[in-house]
Amino acid sequence: MSDTWKVGSLELSSRVLLGTARYPSQAILFDALAASGTQLVTVALRRVRPTGGEGDLYRGLVERGYHLLPNTAGCFTVKEAVTTAELAREALGTNLVKLEVIADEETLLPDPEATVRAASDLVARGFEVLPYTNDDPVTARRLADVGCAAVMPLAAPIGTGLGIRNPHNLSLIRSLVDVPVIVDAGIGTASDAAIAMELGCDAVLLNTAVARSDDPVAMARAMGLAVQAGRLARRAGRAPRQHLAEASTSMSGVAAFRAYESSKEMD
Amino acid sequence: MNVVVNGEPVVLEEPCSVEQVVRRVTAATEGVAVAVNGEVVRRAAWATALQPDDEVEILVATAGG
Repeated sequence: MSDTWKVGSLELSSRVLLGTARYPSQAILFDALAASGTQLVTVALRRVRPTGGEGDLYRGLVERGYHLLPNTAGCFTVKEAVTTAELAREALGTNLVKLEVIADEETLLPDPEATVRAASDLVARGFEVLPYTNDDPVTARRLADVGCAAVMPLAAPIGTGLGIRNPHNLSLIRSLVDVPVIVDAGIGTASDAAIAMELGCDAVLLNTAVARSDDPVAMARAMGLAVQAGRLARRAGRAPRQHLAEASTSMSGVAAFRAYESSKEMD
Repeated sequence: MNVVVNGEPVVLEEPCSVEQVVRRVTAATEGVAVAVNGEVVRRAAWATALQPDDEVEILVATAGG
């Protein structure tokens, strides 16, 4: 069953986007990426260090055929985010950008107003913008309205692993925008990823849940399977919820032992 | 001439192009981007000469979420 999806100019079959930070080693990172089945991975842009070796990650990812999604992590203003995106496009040759404009260091929650302004500016500069946003349907709709290629509401704050705090908002966002909805940040374990997909989201972006698990390669595989399972369940369409119990096995033709049970009790 | 490269003061012989200062810190030819005084310098313009007190940022792709 073909079930590809499009984000910007990319057509993907995997619905897992994986971050490249916080793994115990680069070898484990590459094994985890492969185990998850991801095709699109996030990277940051940072100062080159004089000790060298920095080219390895970029080359390693490109040689393995991954599409790169540079982020603007660490940006607190529209100007910082736009300049970082321009530098990322120059370095990596992609118009895709994961836009993050963070409001404060304590919560790492997005600044909604600055995110919308930066997104609008980047769209005008020809970027395919994937903004990290709060799970607020109004902000998500504004981001879609200014031309973002997707919206990426959080499940919970970055790195917390608290899972989907407001499933109703994610489902509202899904019904209010026409672009892909990618749950970004806060996924803790495989069931969170499955729920995101069951809610109708198009993909899941995660990092810490895999990188900081006891076995990142096994967790990456679990996430890949959970996303597939959640997606399949969504497409299959769940049976309706009911208030009272309803036997799944028919009562028709049930054997008549009751009379025997009650007569025994009388003995 | 004194410039700042990735936050560190550096003394360069004049003239020095953007490309030459990049080569001081990395041999990588791909995956590198440069900003001078907060403005992106496209690869095609790396022959541009640096000016005294320029602030140069040389960035590469690193692990990120």
